[in-house]
Amino acid sequence: MVRNPVRLFSAALLATSLVAAPAFGADTVKIGFITTLSGPAGIIGKDMRQSVELALEHLGGKMGGIPVEVIFGDDQFKPDVGKQVADEMLKKHKVDFVSGIIWSNVMLAVAPTVTAAGTMMIGTNAGPHQLAGEMCSERFFTTSWQNDSTPEAMGQHLQDLGLNDVYLIAPNYAAGKDMLTGFKRKFKGRIAAEVYTKLGQQDYQAELSQLRAKNPKAVFVFLPGGMGIQFLKQYSQAGLRGQYPLYSVYTVDELSLPAVRHAALGQFETRYWSPDLDNAANKKYVGDYKKKYGKLPSFYGAQSYDGMMLIDSAVRAVKGNLKDQKGMIAAMRKANYASTRGKYSYNVNHFPIQNYYLLKAVAGPGGAGDVPVMQIQKAVFKAHKDSYYTKCKMKW
Amino acid sequence: MRARLVLLIVGIAFLALAPLVATAFDQLFYIDLLRRVMIFAIAALSLNLILGYGGMVSFGHAAYLGIGGYAVAILAHHGIHNGFLQLGVAVGASALVALVIGAISIRTSGIYFIMITLAFTQMLYFLGISLDAYGGDDGLRLAARSDLGGLVDLGNSTAFYYLVFAVMIAFLYLIHRIVNSRFGMVIRASNSNEARTRAIGFSPYPYRLAAFVIAGAMCGVAGYLFVNHTAYLTPDFMHWTRSGEIMFMVILGGIGTSVGPILGAFVLLLLEDLLSGMTGFVGQHWQLFIGLFLVLVVLFAKRGLAGLLPGAQRND
Amino acid sequence: MNAILFVEQTLNGLQFGVTLFLMAAGLTLVFGIMNMVNLAHGAMYMVGAYLAVAATQWTGSYLAGVLLALVGTLLVGVVTEVVALRTLYERDHLDQVLATFGLILFFNELVAIIWGRAALFSDLPQALSGHIELVTNLRYPVYRLMIIIVGLLVALLLWYVVTRTRLGMLIRAGASNRTMVSALGINIRLLYTIVFGFGAALAGLAGVMAGPIYAVQPGMGELILIQVFVVIVIGGIGSIRGALAGAIIVGMVDTMGRAFLKPALGALISPTAAEAAGPALASMLIYLLMAVVLALRPEGLFPARGH
Repeated sequence: MVRNPVRLFSAALLATSLVAAPAFGADTVKIGFITTLSGPAGIIGKDMRQSVELALEHLGGKMGGIPVEVIFGDDQFKPDVGKQVADEMLKKHKVDFVSGIIWSNVMLAVAPTVTAAGTMMIGTNAGPHQLAGEMCSERFFTTSWQNDSTPEAMGQHLQDLGLNDVYLIAPNYAAGKDMLTGFKRKFKGRIAAEVYTKLGQQDYQAELSQLRAKNPKAVFVFLPGGMGIQFLKQYSQAGLRGQYPLYSVYTVDELSLPAVRHAALGQFETRYWSPDLDNAANKKYVGDYKKKYGKLPSFYGAQSYDGMMLIDSAVRAVKGNLKDQKGMIAAMRKANYASTRGKYSYNVNHFPIQNYYLLKAVAGPGGAGDVPVMQIQKAVFKAHKDSYYTKCKMKW
Repeated sequence: MRARLVLLIVGIAFLALAPLVATAFDQLFYIDLLRRVMIFAIAALSLNLILGYGGMVSFGHAAYLGIGGYAVAILAHHGIHNGFLQLGVAVGASALVALVIGAISIRTSGIYFIMITLAFTQMLYFLGISLDAYGGDDGLRLAARSDLGGLVDLGNSTAFYYLVFAVMIAFLYLIHRIVNSRFGMVIRASNSNEARTRAIGFSPYPYRLAAFVIAGAMCGVAGYLFVNHTAYLTPDFMHWTRSGEIMFMVILGGIGTSVGPILGAFVLLLLEDLLSGMTGFVGQHWQLFIGLFLVLVVLFAKRGLAGLLPGAQRND
Repeated sequence: MNAILFVEQTLNGLQFGVTLFLMAAGLTLVFGIMNMVNLAHGAMYMVGAYLAVAATQWTGSYLAGVLLALVGTLLVGVVTEVVALRTLYERDHLDQVLATFGLILFFNELVAIIWGRAALFSDLPQALSGHIELVTNLRYPVYRLMIIIVGLLVALLLWYVVTRTRLGMLIRAGASNRTMVSALGINIRLLYTIVFGFGAALAGLAGVMAGPIYAVQPGMGELILIQVFVVIVIGGIGSIRGALAGAIIVGMVDTMGRAFLKPALGALISPTAAEAAGPALASMLIYLLMAVVLALRPEGLFPARGH
């Protein structure tokens, strides 16, 4: 069912492949799913891929009665490769939908390419502000979030706590600055310092020494991937864990928790979803994922699972007539499917209006030595709208 | 030599006809794929001028890819879409940066040269990341491709393909002429024996610097084409692994051979595309096989892939 | 307070420096003696970190894990040398770069196949997880102090081996005149294998010690590799003394740049401009340093003799 045709390269093979290229009609729904599958970030892509495969299993391999074919593409974490893979999906595989994409810069290269070609794009992670605002498109939907919303929720939480002297750390690149901007949009208290570290930095001891010298009331960080693992271990090793409460976004998740373990205990994150979110769709997704792959899924996976379900809802609404794009867009705008986050709705810019929760890393079911799990503490935002939708000129 | 010539003609004919075949079979993706490969081939050709003939192992050649790209993207960001002006700025800026980097780097040699060129490119990379006004790490989207008047419409995939193809062939010829000129003789001589070059009355430094600047400017053209191809620019254009990739294309194809860099670009990028698209174990761990391939080429094809072509032994 | 902070940052710089030194020592020896550019040196660092995690889990003892990992990395290094790299010594630097880059891809994927792509959990041994109060108000992690001490001890040991032992004499002789050493009846191939394995084990040691504080994941070697090249180029290739000096300089410059560049710039130019320029400049600092050193001394600070 999940097929990935071999790409051919030599002149002779090129010609034969052209002749042999099968002509697919509306007898299959073709989805091109692009994510990062190689390199260190391949771990995120794997979680997304497994969730897509689980979604297809739950759908019985069909959407609206039509067999589904998903073609996976590896963007190698590079925008230009992502664009090439997208072109391949559109022009070679002639897919009906493109989905996936982890990184904002890859998304900014891929999404306009896909929508300009007249194909629908369902993003399942990156939500750069351009796509929520002036670059919004009726062919673009996302099942995730706008980048700023998650730090806005954390800013709101710290604002509600009435904290002052918060110490901010993020890598020195566009997303890092966006995250701190989002945080400061809601947090109005005093900021002890705003520190930008090197992208991909391994050692944070120098920053931690500076931090201790400032003696802040709380620390807020955005350090995704390996940077977060390193920071949390070093934070805990430096003995700061008990001293300054640590709040973060996109730093602790189900992918990094097994590597950080007890160094993450007590960590606060904000997020729109958590494995312990109590609804039927989520229980089914998390339960079956755990059964099939032996571990908890991450939010990357949940969004990708939702992406497939959203496409399914659209295909069913037009009764398999994939030519009826207007009909599919109208169906998707209703978000009429069982999302893992529970019921939500779409804003004018096709970004979700949804809840954001405060999560805490607590000891896992196996006790102190076990991998910690994220647990929902409370909802920070109910039906939150992103901060850019007013810039989107789309009319429904 | 005849066999080589025939192969060259067959290769050129194939590339010239590829868009027609792809269009006939409605497989337009291959036009994009080959266009991207040829753009990298142009970058590799320019590197070969200094690396292959001049012995200057620049581990920072992606810098000019980035500068050419930024020239277009920054001008376009400010609403200047004139493609000729953009090209002029791309070439000029690349040449200027190459002049500065070259003036300092060419005083060193061997591994020191490799590292100092890398160092400069790393600086440019981090500079790109911190250019907030131009997207920083997120990069810049090209609102419109370069406007080349009525000459070529870069929005037209096939027309753009033939432009890249023509530039590649022109550079191939240009480098051939440079290498076989008096100037080229000095460059090649300084590579094999610097002391002897000095002894016959040439100070190699200005010649080497000039070659370095020419190569930088040529790669700037590749950057100009590349940003128009992706319609998107990120500092990633200048990442050190990108410099490495361009270098590997040259080595893989055969250093100091005229068509080697083109061959290397085609084999490396198409193999990458082929393996990463496979299912199962190979597709998931395709870099394992690329890695093995590189090791095996070095161990068993001493003069690169061009060395395997007929007639290679008698060449230089 | 500021003096304490300065001392603490100096220790941080020193600790980063000695980690770089452990990597640089092997790289510079292999380069100086075999005339070989080995990009795959970072892979040995990664192998060391992975083996330490696996062996610690297997034996249940941190010390046994570390020892097994060192022996294991040494073996991996020796096998790599015998199978792939030995034939490259006579080749061009370019061939070496290409082949060893291929090895990086190979090892990264191999590790991903065996242990998966997710970062592994690796923790500090209980005994080393605390803090020590060096002077009033200056508490420093024991583990990081240990890294400094181990690094300096290794430097001392290397100095002793290279200058005072027969092996060291052969190494020095092999670097300056390999035909002469062969003519004297020394098995030069064996010597090379030993040096390579030794260098790999040192990189492995750096990886073993880095495991508990950094993320143990595929590709972890490349993050540090470029910085190590900067170190040996600044120090002068082939020179252990240069590697040590280069490592300490790079460690200090990088750490101090991250800690104090922004406030220092803020005093010179406007604070908002410093906000933008500080982090960018701090990231570039070591490359800037390398360019300046090479522009002034094209052979590095301590060029090895015989080159």
